[in-house]
Amino acid sequence: MAEPGTRIRGGAQQASQRGTEESPLAKWVLIAITLAFCFVFLLLPLLNVFAQALTKGLGHYWQSLAEPDSRAAIWLTLVVAAICVPLNMLFGLAAAWAIAKFEFRCKSLLITLIDLPFSVSPVVAGLMFVVLFGLQGFFGNRLAAHGVKIIFAVPGMVLATVFITFPFVARELIPVMQANGTEQEEAALTLGANGWQTFWHVTLPSVKWGLIYGIILCNARAMGEFGAVSVVSGHIAGLTETMPLRVQVLYEGATAASTAAAFAVASLLALLALFTLGVKCLLEWKQARAERLIVARVERS
Amino acid sequence: MVRQKHRVLPGFGLTMGFTLFYLSAIVLIPFAGLVLRALELSWADFWHLATTDRALAAYRLTFGASLIAAVANGVFGSLLAWVLVRYEFPGRRFIDAMVDFPFALPTAVAGLTLANLFAANGWLGRYLVPLGIHGAFTPLGVVIALTFVGLPFVVRTLQPVLQNMEREVEEAAATLGAGRLRTFVQIIAPSLLPAVLTGLALAFARAIGEYGSIVFISGNLPFKTEIAPYLIVMRLEEYDYTGAIALAVVLLCFSFLLLGAINLLEQWASRLHRSA
Repeated sequence: MAEPGTRIRGGAQQASQRGTEESPLAKWVLIAITLAFCFVFLLLPLLNVFAQALTKGLGHYWQSLAEPDSRAAIWLTLVVAAICVPLNMLFGLAAAWAIAKFEFRCKSLLITLIDLPFSVSPVVAGLMFVVLFGLQGFFGNRLAAHGVKIIFAVPGMVLATVFITFPFVARELIPVMQANGTEQEEAALTLGANGWQTFWHVTLPSVKWGLIYGIILCNARAMGEFGAVSVVSGHIAGLTETMPLRVQVLYEGATAASTAAAFAVASLLALLALFTLGVKCLLEWKQARAERLIVARVERS
Repeated sequence: MVRQKHRVLPGFGLTMGFTLFYLSAIVLIPFAGLVLRALELSWADFWHLATTDRALAAYRLTFGASLIAAVANGVFGSLLAWVLVRYEFPGRRFIDAMVDFPFALPTAVAGLTLANLFAANGWLGRYLVPLGIHGAFTPLGVVIALTFVGLPFVVRTLQPVLQNMEREVEEAAATLGAGRLRTFVQIIAPSLLPAVLTGLALAFARAIGEYGSIVFISGNLPFKTEIAPYLIVMRLEEYDYTGAIALAVVLLCFSFLLLGAINLLEQWASRLHRSA
């Protein structure tokens, strides 16, 4: 009696497993393909950056970073990011406040326009600023008469980078602020807080992780932007070269030493990418933990 | 009534004013400048500049390579999303984090390291070049770089859809006697299709505008490995502004067409999601 029963149960178990899960063989083949693909396409390019940067030894690595033109490129990259990120952060906060806390007509049009820079090729973005401020451009003659240089100078590079990184902070903040609603702010105002106090003590803390994430993404893109900046920079060594442009110049040097130097500068940018990924993971982990805590609290009560 | 309740909060005028001012200064005015300059061209001039033989070759490579890369991303991205959501295996979380690596890595660095990997003496080229697979300075290199750059789109679009998918439907199909493969083809695949296509279109749109990574890996030979954005840069370096603007308008038109297509796909996906 017992024997057929167990057989039936075993059979049913097998069937249900076959029904909603692949056979172990298929499963492990898929996992193996995925691992192989990620190894070749994601891990190898990353490891290659550091391996190539160090082919000529640690001494050459430091030397290529300490070289005046490379140092100037690192400095300019930091300066451009230091101007762009706060500007776009301010914009992101203002846009998110207006869009998330108020109702008005054409809201979705405004959101589409804010996302516009994402769908424009970086080269076309750079071209837009050349058309405005270049010598043949709309304001070119007037600017030249006053001795103001925007294209083939740092201001143009800043403008192009601001354009490219324009949506990052706003995009992260708008959904978070919308999800938070307006009740807390209204409560704060009812209790006598003024607008700034409400923003500073109620709104800002509740969106801080979204804000940090937006800033990190904006910063990574600002430091790494190549196409748009390349079009407006003029590639003057020591003056209008950011790190990605410096990488190109060194790579085109085509000697083993200059290729290693290109990879040395590139390795700093790769470290920036790893840092960005690390912060992203940390924020996701924090968010998941916060959600688990809320679920646990609800279950307990 | 609703309107009044929302206006209890202060700062609408200030934030909206700043938003519109900043949006105009950074995005709309530069955009309008390009469009105005393009409108100064007569239609015949525009057509002539936008369809030179060299430009046509560049479009062909840009759109062809972008399409192949987007399809490759559709296949591998779907596989990646599926494996990451459905299976437990060592290294899963690491790979999940690494999927965003192409987003985070500056494109110049991506192009540099991929060109080096696939060059004759690189880690991969060493084995591939003797087999006749030239990944650097060829159209194949363009496809490789675009696949790398577009990889996160399909994975990140598909992942949440897979996570929220109801397993009950699959169980029902199995109970009714469908094999796993049949369940996948008839039940799972159709409900994932809109998300896969959305991710694919996003990767395609990104690939069309891509410049940084291609410059390093393609070799930029006119008629052979020259992409449209690179040709724009060449025209600018020759101070041929109108030529550059004509090409840019063509690229922009395609970007906006794709943007519209992506919006339609997203609507389709969310409709399917709601009815499910």
